[in-house]
Amino acid sequence: MNAPGEQPDKQVVRASGVRMSYGEVQVLNGVDLTVAAGEVSCVIGPSGSGKSTFLRCINGLEPVLGGSLRVLDQEVGHTLRGGRYHPWTPKEFAAFRRNIGMVFQRFNLFAHHSALENVACGPVHVLGTPADRARVLAMEHLERVGLADHAHKRPHQLSGGQQQRVAIARALAMNPALMLFDEPTSALDPELVDEVLEVMKGLAAEGMTMVVVTHEIAFAREVGDWLTFFADGVVVERGRPRELLANPSHERTRAFLSSVLHPKERQESQ
Amino acid sequence: MRTEPITDASGRQTPVARTWHWGRWLAAAVALAVAARLAYLIVANPNLDWGKVAEYVFHERILSGVWVTIEISVLATALGLILGVLVAIMRLAHNPVLSGLATFYIWFFRGTPVLVQLIFWYNLAFLFPEMVLKVPFTMIGVKWDTNQVMTGFTSAMLGLGLNLAAYFAETVRAGIQAVDNGQTEAAYALGMTPAKRMRVIVLPQALRIIIPPTGNEFISMLKTTSLVYVVAGHDLMTNASQIYKANNRIMELLIVASLWYMLMTAVATFLQGRLERRFGSEAVRLVRGGGLAARILPKAAA
Ligand SMILES: Nc1ncnc2c1ncn2[C@@H]1O[C@H](COP(=O)(O)OP(=O)(O)OP(=O)(O)O)[C@@H](O)[C@H]1O
Ligand SMILES: [Mg+2]
Repeated sequence: MNAPGEQPDKQVVRASGVRMSYGEVQVLNGVDLTVAAGEVSCVIGPSGSGKSTFLRCINGLEPVLGGSLRVLDQEVGHTLRGGRYHPWTPKEFAAFRRNIGMVFQRFNLFAHHSALENVACGPVHVLGTPADRARVLAMEHLERVGLADHAHKRPHQLSGGQQQRVAIARALAMNPALMLFDEPTSALDPELVDEVLEVMKGLAAEGMTMVVVTHEIAFAREVGDWLTFFADGVVVERGRPRELLANPSHERTRAFLSSVLHPKERQESQ
Repeated sequence: MRTEPITDASGRQTPVARTWHWGRWLAAAVALAVAARLAYLIVANPNLDWGKVAEYVFHERILSGVWVTIEISVLATALGLILGVLVAIMRLAHNPVLSGLATFYIWFFRGTPVLVQLIFWYNLAFLFPEMVLKVPFTMIGVKWDTNQVMTGFTSAMLGLGLNLAAYFAETVRAGIQAVDNGQTEAAYALGMTPAKRMRVIVLPQALRIIIPPTGNEFISMLKTTSLVYVVAGHDLMTNASQIYKANNRIMELLIVASLWYMLMTAVATFLQGRLERRFGSEAVRLVRGGGLAARILPKAAA
C-alpha cells in the first residue's frame, strides 16, 4: 500500500536513525540499516546490544520511538494520511505482520497444537484458508523441513531442532515476504544446530529475504549477503561477510570477533 | 508385604513372618464403634419417623425442587463461568478504566455475603419498580414490571451467578497469566489480532488451569442453591421447608433433602472425575468442539 506521492522501494527494510527505549533505558540509538529484496542480512553483536529489539521493531512487536523504519513500503506503526502519520490500530498491525515471518530463539510453538496444527494455524485463523486446504499446505511445509513423519506430535514430543524447524514451517505457511530469525539456534544442543541451519540455507537459496540475528559466524560467512555488527544500539559497521570477518575496520568489531571466533578456531585447529 | 520365602545363596528357603498391625486394628475398631453408635442413635430414634422420609423422598414437590435446584445450579454456573472469563479479560486489559471496573466488581461481589446479594436482587423492585430498555432519544423500547422479572428463580440465578463470576474471574486470570508470553508473541507475529490471540491461543491453554476448579465450583453451587430458600425460589430446600412448615416434620424433610443433595453431589463428582481425567493427560481436547483441531483432524479427534 503506497500513500500517494511515495515511491515503491526495492529495499524491503530501510531503517534510518531508528531509536527505541524501554522507559529510561535507551536500547536503539539511531540504527541505520537496509535490506534489499532477496538478500540475507546477518546481524551479530554482543548481548544486550539491541539486536532482538531491532528485529522486533521490524515487525512492530516493539514501537519505534524515533527515526524512520520502513518495511515492505510501509512506515512501521503509522500510515500517512492528509499530511500526518496516523498510528496503526491493532488490526492494522496484525495485517502488516501477516507478510513477515518470525522465528524465535525459544521456538514458541503453540503448546496445545500438534506440529501440523501449528503450521496450519496461521492460514486457518489469519488468512481464512479452508481447513482441508490448510492441512494439505501445512503437510507440504512440514515435508519441506523434513518433518512430515512428525506431523501429529505435540511440541513437547519433539527435539529442539525439530521444534525450530516446525516454527520455520509455521512462519513459511503465511507466504511471508520477509523472514526474521532471532538467534534461531542459540537454544539448541550443538548436534541439532546444523539441521536448522540447513533449512535456512535452503530458504536463502530460494531467494527469501531474511534478517538473521545469529552467533553462527560460519553460517553468516557462507550464506549472508551482508553482515552487520551491532553494539550499544547502533550499527558499528556493515560489509560483505568475508571482508568484514577478515578485516574489521573498528576496534569494537575486532574485539567482539576475536571473542567469538577464537574459542572455535582453537577447536578446529586441534 | 512379602509372602515369598527368602532364598539364600545355597538355595535354602526361609519363610517370612507375618506382621500383625495391632494399632491399626484397634483404631479401626474404635472408629467403627463410635460410628455405629451415632448411626443407631439416629436410625433408632423414636422421634424420627422413617416412614415419612420414605413417603416424601419421591414426593412430587421434592422432585420438582430437585429439578429446579439442578436448573439454578447449571444456569448460575454457566453465567458465572462466562461472566468470569469476561471480567478476567477486562481485569487484564491495558485500559485502566476497564481493569479498574473489573477489580471493583471482584472486590464488591467477594466482599458481600451471597445471602445479602440474593435478597437484594429479589427486592430490586423497591429501587426500580419497573425496568426499561429503550433506544436513547427515541420512543422505541420495552418495559417490564420488576417484580415479575425478579422471581425467586431469576434472582437466585443472578445472585449466585454474579457471585461465582467474581471468584471464577481470579481463576481465569491465573490461568491466562500462566500461559507463556512467547505464545502471545508468536500469535502476534503470525498476524493475529489481540482478540484472536486470546481466543485461539491463550484461552485454550489456560483451560488446563481453569477447568479443574470448575467441577468444584459446580458441586459447591449445588449446595449453595439451598440459600435460595430465603427468596422462595422453588428449589429443593424451599420446597422441603414449605412442606415441613405445614406438617412440622422438620428432621424427616431435612433428611429427604440431604439424600438428594448427596446424590446430586455424587453424580457431579463422578462427572468431575471424568472431566479432570480428560484434561489431565489431554489438556485441551475440550476446545476441539469448535477448535482448529476438530476442523483439521476430524478423524484423529473422533
Ligand atoms: N522488556 C524489556 N524491558 C526492559 N528492558 C529490556 C526489555 N527487553 C530488553 N531489554 C533491555 O534492552 C537491551 C537490549 O536487549 P536485546 O534483547 O535487544 O539485546 P540483544 O542484542 O538481543 O541481546 P542478546 O544477544 O542477549 O539476545 C538490554 O539491555 C535489555 O536488558
Ligand atoms: Mg536477543
